[in-house]
Amino acid sequence: MKLQKNTSLALYSVLEFAADPHRHISAAEIADKYGVSSHHLAKVLSDLARAGVVESVRGVGGGYRFAGNARRLTLMDVIRTFEDLSPAAADRREPGERTPVGRALGAVLSEIDEIAKATFSSITLATMLRLIERQQRNQAESQTRSTNNRASGSESRRGAKPKPATRT
Amino acid sequence: MRRSAGRRTAGVRAQAPAPPDPIVVRPVRRGDLAQIIAIDATVTGLEKRDYWRSIYRRYGDSGHLERQFLVADTGERVVGFVIGEVRDWEFGSPPCGWVFAIDVNPDSRQAGIGTRLLDAICASFQRAGVRKVRTMLGRDNTLILSFFRSQGMMAGPFIPLEMDLGT
Repeated sequence: MKLQKNTSLALYSVLEFAADPHRHISAAEIADKYGVSSHHLAKVLSDLARAGVVESVRGVGGGYRFAGNARRLTLMDVIRTFEDLSPAAADRREPGERTPVGRALGAVLSEIDEIAKATFSSITLATMLRLIERQQRNQAESQTRSTNNRASGSESRRGAKPKPATRT
Repeated sequence: MRRSAGRRTAGVRAQAPAPPDPIVVRPVRRGDLAQIIAIDATVTGLEKRDYWRSIYRRYGDSGHLERQFLVADTGERVVGFVIGEVRDWEFGSPPCGWVFAIDVNPDSRQAGIGTRLLDAICASFQRAGVRKVRTMLGRDNTLILSFFRSQGMMAGPFIPLEMDLGT
């Protein structure tokens, strides 16, 4: 499943803020980390501020800081700010959707949508931050194991007997 | 300057011992049933006496390590419970622990009791030799879904399916 670009940016930003709720972070810092334009991100942050998730900080340094409750705010709360998740009104449906084939396919797609909504609604920012930590830990352990394996492989090769030269 | 063992340096206060943990997670007893029925009725709106008696017979009184019915006891009352069992090869899965009921009295929530209950049943599953725990719940049950996710659970590889049976 693919989220709209603004929604992804909003989620990245909110998680950066929630990870360090007392820190002021500038749009430029987040834009640089995620490889997007500051101008584009500023619009997203402005929408998040209007929704009360972040607040802008005046004065030296400026930037934004987290204004929500990470244990209560869910991914769905952020997504809903940027995407319309309501079912299409009758007048906005494509003609094919009103056919038996269209309605049956619509039922399947609705099933997927409901699961996606339930998933996003059940993951708070605090849970998401724990998930990020766990993945970082797993990645670090995997890299350590990989480094150790390479080192022990090198030692084995150094300890191996040299092959006899082939006579021509 | 070296301190001799057992002497307190002047100005350093000895730390008061931590108060005893008021919550004990323990196996259910028959006498707990009334409180469990009450907790369930508070949450679901339904008083299911016969159901809970049969659950107690199967999970509380079984003597099997694979079946667990645990309660959180404050010393004065039961404030939560968790029930589960190890199931072998159902739905094509190697043996794993299933949690099929967990609840905490609404006025005792947000105190880590649910976490203690889940940790306790997971520990008993590990003692029984399994390395995976699963559960299933309604997708509109956001509160309990959020709880399980906060404990690190993610969506599993199963999809529950259903259909109506003809009258």
